[in-house]
Amino acid sequence: MIWIDTLVQGVLLGGLYALFAVGLSIVFGIMRLVNLAHGDLIVVAAYLILVLVSLTGLSPFVAALLAAPAMAGAGWLLQRHVLNRTLGTDILPPLLVTFGLSIALQNALLEGFSADSQRLPAGPLATASLDLGAVTVGVLPLLTFASAIAVILALNWLFYRTELGRAFRATSDDAVTASLMGIRPATIFATATAIAMLVVTVAALYLGMRSNFDPNIGPARLIYAFEAVIIGGLGSLWGTLAGGIIIGVAQTVGAAINPEWQILAGHVAFLVVLLFRPRGLFPRAVD
Amino acid sequence: MGHVIRTRTRASTVAAIVGAIVVLGLALLPLVAGRGLIQDMFFILTMLVLAQFWNLLAGYGGLVSIGQQAFVGLGAYAMFAGVILAGIDPVWAIPLGGLAAVIVAVPTAFFAFRLAGAYFAIATWVIAEVVRLSVAQWKTLGGGTGTSLPRTATRDIAGTGWIEAALDVRGAAARDILAYWLALGLALLAIGAIYGLLRSRRGLALASIRDNEEAARSVGVDAARLKWSVFLAAAFGTGIAGGLIFMQIARISPDAAFSVTEWTAFVIFIVVIGGIGTIEGPILGVLVFFALQKLLADFGAWYLIALGVIGIAVMLFAPRGLWGLISHRTGLELFPIRRRLITTKGNDHG
Repeated sequence: MIWIDTLVQGVLLGGLYALFAVGLSIVFGIMRLVNLAHGDLIVVAAYLILVLVSLTGLSPFVAALLAAPAMAGAGWLLQRHVLNRTLGTDILPPLLVTFGLSIALQNALLEGFSADSQRLPAGPLATASLDLGAVTVGVLPLLTFASAIAVILALNWLFYRTELGRAFRATSDDAVTASLMGIRPATIFATATAIAMLVVTVAALYLGMRSNFDPNIGPARLIYAFEAVIIGGLGSLWGTLAGGIIIGVAQTVGAAINPEWQILAGHVAFLVVLLFRPRGLFPRAVD
Repeated sequence: MGHVIRTRTRASTVAAIVGAIVVLGLALLPLVAGRGLIQDMFFILTMLVLAQFWNLLAGYGGLVSIGQQAFVGLGAYAMFAGVILAGIDPVWAIPLGGLAAVIVAVPTAFFAFRLAGAYFAIATWVIAEVVRLSVAQWKTLGGGTGTSLPRTATRDIAGTGWIEAALDVRGAAARDILAYWLALGLALLAIGAIYGLLRSRRGLALASIRDNEEAARSVGVDAARLKWSVFLAAAFGTGIAGGLIFMQIARISPDAAFSVTEWTAFVIFIVVIGGIGTIEGPILGVLVFFALQKLLADFGAWYLIALGVIGIAVMLFAPRGLWGLISHRTGLELFPIRRRLITTKGNDHG
């Protein structure tokens, strides 16, 4: 029975990793931008929610609702005025600019909030659990997983059922031709990053309620996110969820064998997938 | 009318002479300098070595790795293992660092080369994490908390006795001077080897891959093989540097030896601000980096914020770095690798 429990916890953890990864997947899918500051942006959002909670005493959920437009706005400006300048055939500028951004954000948070670890107050939700017979699951992990599915459903609807989604896909396929049809790639890219930042805020909400965070945890979260995206295959959001689940299960199984192996097991699972399916499990985009 | 192909310029000849004088001065520095200056110079030289090898990877090989800390850490741990487990003299244990780095670089390249472009960077990073977490399980070398070089090993490192007698310094200072000389030698070797490579046929092939991989392959350049050799060479050099750095520190822990900030972020910053894709760039970059570090040392996190922002600004507004600006204005090349066709009068084939 302990193994079923380990598996279920792993799957639910995968929901959190999928939330980390979806924003990254959108940004990469639409503009081939690898954002090395993605993990730090999640941590920034977590601190923003924390500040709103401690200033107003609101629930973290309401605070996240307030933080989301601010994060989206910041993402729009960041993309429009900084990251758009780095796009092109050379992969070096976007990598190095977002790497610099990552270092700057981490240390700005360190300067503003110190290295103390923080947590978003989840109230009774933090300890609530559901008895499902064979296993007992926490309400918060379940909610995280449900949110990941809801986010992916909403994004798939946006990408495949709306005019904006069509513009996203057209720009992703061929920005020059799309611009001949009256689409402005620069604005489309900024909008995509703004949407990614909305997902980042959701990820930050659950990250902050489920575990402690400090200014330096961004890069580790970024690695899980990248692993989920690569395992899933580029361009497939459901694949990203599957990738998150694989990392999550590998980590909980690894931890069940030896607590020190938790993180290592996740990375090893990633390398094994890379060995057999270098393009991921469900590749959609061809790069 | 005849013609010759030359890479040498008048500026490069002058630079070579000035460079030789500077190197001689640096070699004699321990005669006059205090221990603080020697330690600073050791730091500058070892960072320069790391920067040259990262530049070889990213600037010439087009391989943007953010996992080079794996090889620094491996080099350091292999050196410690040689000293603690096999009783080898620390200086002679340093080559073990390069060896260990190459051994791990082979599977690393195997995995990372499966991913193209930006995702290559992520794969190197994941593998560096795997290496760090695995080494932290190595209990005989201190596990997660690390260990120190035993006093018996550090007391009489090869050559320190001679330095103590010749320069009339105490044990710890002699060790620093030895490390400094080794760092100077390593930096010269690294620059010499990279410059030699870039001037050779292989260097031309490498530049052609960087500029256009498809075109290079169409004229018969074996891109995959060259990338492998560049990756392994950079791992070897980085591993040696890691062994040397931690011989001087004499204390090791997984977090210090595999630090992304110190061995990758700082190194990338040095190369980017100095000028990526040039040999002069990292030299200029490491000096700017060191000056900034001294200037902003008292401001804690602000120092790293400034580094990040400067890195972004350089990448956006002067993507070829400071050396790129200088070289663009003046046409100066201290380490020229461009082949220029020079027509000569008569039958002169000089």
